[in-house]
Amino acid sequence: MSSEEARHLFFQTHMATKSCMSSQVSDDEQRKRENIRSLTMSGHVGFESLPDQLVNRSIQQGFCFNILCVGETGIGKSTLIDTLFNTNFEDQESSHFCPHVRLKAQTYELQESNVRLKLTIVNTVGFGDQINKEESYQPIVDYIDAQFEAYLQEELKIKRSLFNYHDSRVHACLYFISPTGHSLKTLDLLAMKSLDSKVNIIPVIAKADAISKTELQKFKIKLMSELVSNGVQIYQFPTDDETVAKINASMNGHLPFAVVGSMDEVKVGNKLVKARQYPWGIVQVENENHCDFVKLREMLICTNMEDLREQTHTRHYELYRRCKLEEMGFSDVGPENKPLSLQETYEAKRHQIYGERQRKEEEMKQMFVQRVKEKEAILKEAERELQAKFEHLKRVHQEERMKLEEKRRLLEEEIISFSKKKATSEIYQNQTFMGSNLKKDKDRKNSNFM
Amino acid sequence: MDPPRQCPSPSSSRPISPRTPSCEMLGYVGIEAVLDQMKIKAMKMGFEFNIMVVGQSGLGKSTMVNTLFKSKMWKTTPPGLALGPIPQTLQLHSVTHVIEEKGVKLKLTVTDTPGFGDQINNDKCWDPILGYINGQYEQYLQEEILITRQRHIPDTRVHCCVYFVAPTGHSLRPLDIEFLQRLCRTVNVVPVIARADSLTVEEREDFRRRIQHNLRTHSIDVYPQECFDEDINDKILNCKIRDRIPFAVVGADREHLVNGKYVLGRKTKWGIVEVENMKHCEFPLLRDLLIRSHLQDLKDITHNVHYENYRVCRLNESHMLPRGPGWVNLDPAPANSPANSPANSPAIPGPSKVCRWAQDTPSEEY
Repeated sequence: MSSEEARHLFFQTHMATKSCMSSQVSDDEQRKRENIRSLTMSGHVGFESLPDQLVNRSIQQGFCFNILCVGETGIGKSTLIDTLFNTNFEDQESSHFCPHVRLKAQTYELQESNVRLKLTIVNTVGFGDQINKEESYQPIVDYIDAQFEAYLQEELKIKRSLFNYHDSRVHACLYFISPTGHSLKTLDLLAMKSLDSKVNIIPVIAKADAISKTELQKFKIKLMSELVSNGVQIYQFPTDDETVAKINASMNGHLPFAVVGSMDEVKVGNKLVKARQYPWGIVQVENENHCDFVKLREMLICTNMEDLREQTHTRHYELYRRCKLEEMGFSDVGPENKPLSLQETYEAKRHQIYGERQRKEEEMKQMFVQRVKEKEAILKEAERELQAKFEHLKRVHQEERMKLEEKRRLLEEEIISFSKKKATSEIYQNQTFMGSNLKKDKDRKNSNFM
Repeated sequence: MDPPRQCPSPSSSRPISPRTPSCEMLGYVGIEAVLDQMKIKAMKMGFEFNIMVVGQSGLGKSTMVNTLFKSKMWKTTPPGLALGPIPQTLQLHSVTHVIEEKGVKLKLTVTDTPGFGDQINNDKCWDPILGYINGQYEQYLQEEILITRQRHIPDTRVHCCVYFVAPTGHSLRPLDIEFLQRLCRTVNVVPVIARADSLTVEEREDFRRRIQHNLRTHSIDVYPQECFDEDINDKILNCKIRDRIPFAVVGADREHLVNGKYVLGRKTKWGIVEVENMKHCEFPLLRDLLIRSHLQDLKDITHNVHYENYRVCRLNESHMLPRGPGWVNLDPAPANSPANSPANSPAIPGPSKVCRWAQDTPSEEY
């Protein structure tokens, strides 16, 4: 029997059977619940290209990845990032004298074959430099929250465009631990504790060429036990997918990675490799025996970048969103345990806030009216006083005037009587003079007669 | 629906994107491994696809679905042997299957619309269909605005609606035009000429041209929509497709022996119509469009355009919905009422597809 006929017979028998194959394996239980049947097809349909279609769309859109580097100044953050992405991102050395911790974010566009990556590196400037380090990690927490807030606001907008939104949420936090060889610093512990529920923390031991191998082992064990005993949840590489489960599980055992960063090339053997040259030897960055840099690059970029982004979106962001919305008073279940819709709660809240606003406005209006009344009363009082004073002054003035009038009159009378007297006395004087003259004349005449 | 801004303004601390310098990498880093990571994740999660077939009875919808997915989705009703009285009202009938091919799992939901256009008075026969589509959007929206959301919201929104046009050979009928006008604003519509084996090749071409002319006259924007072409490659590819819309298809679920090979086809006295032969009918084009090349695109446009339009309408009008007793509408008409929103075009380029279903179906209260 030819294969063609066999296939045809198979097809006929298959199409003749009425119902579809029943569901088989364990993860079909959910489908059973939903009453969905599994179907086997009799020919090639062609949807195995679906993952490729998805990937093509992602290539068109481009990828976003945001790394936050937390660590003291001079611990090698910028160098490590340069080495990780094999590029010289331009960055000057930061000073040690910053009064507060500041976060500096820079975005770069990288392209490898047909994958475009928008990489954002956020650096903490001045971390651990202050004398009083109490406020060191709050700016970091604020920054992470601000990115979540921005995304949440975009998501809650009525007219939104999520598919071309530049996702600035922090996907991975590289926490740089200084290679003292002893234990975690208090600042590190506190910082990690406040960040672990908001971001995927990957602790790394920086400048690992300062520790010897045996000390390194002890240091790693000490660090991990301290983290566990203090309840800090660092990012664990996922082990649920068979393709990467084994390698991730083994890498989980090597945490925290001890890394060395360098962009300088040194000739070793007959190759130029990235390394740090010391008088006593050369530390090769990409040599697995020397440091864990290759492991970090593998884990961070090649194997788990997508998982880091997914964890950020589905775990950390959802937690932030839930807390934020609950804080604002929304909930999924109403007072009678009936499901509430977000809209209804929002409307109720709006109503309530509006009522409060009205009330406050009324209060303020009343207060204002009261004040105006008081001020008016005071002013009226003042006016009355002024009026009284004016009246008083007027009266005084009148009296003075009358007095003066009186005086003037008297004075005038005096003047008149004086002038009368004067006139009378003049007349009398004239008369007397005239008389004397007459007498003199008479005498002369008389004397003449004689 | 903006929450009050309490923490430091996010926009001030967001990295400034326009000034992104592009850097040269000096060696291999491994960024492209992210594509494999995505593929693995996608294959683990599986895909979902919801398709709706609309058309009058007897046009071969069920057979077409069976042919597309090469399996017995539906029991096809043989002609002349109706399973009962023709349903008086349009009822929607959904069935879901999980099919797997080469490790890729696809959860396929097919919605059939028996009774469409079969009554004497077909006025408003599109209302139940629009109601169903909007009901799926509503369900997704409700899931999305919950406080505690599921990790992966099940997607039951209709991604594609295949509309079967009867092969009259003349032009689109008034019912077709009415329906297409309303539906192309809410969902991706792909019209096909059903039972194309009753038309010769020349008649087919004429019919196609006339239908295209009809669509242009009535400004019906079928999938692939011109406004969503992103770059020149898309444009070229989609132009070729647009030239052949509507596809003239034939459905068959029986195999016949032709030239020593068994092919799907319809056997008639004058020959065998091969379904997968491009010279006979255009079924391969439809299949390629729906499954092999544009499935993800259909889903994207549904999610980014149609669903967002629905959401805008819905969130705007919820200000005006009546509440419980004692509720007083405090605000005069809010600034972003539906009467004002059509004036602003959405951020993405495209015709403003503000849905008017709220005015059409006042009885449906959400």
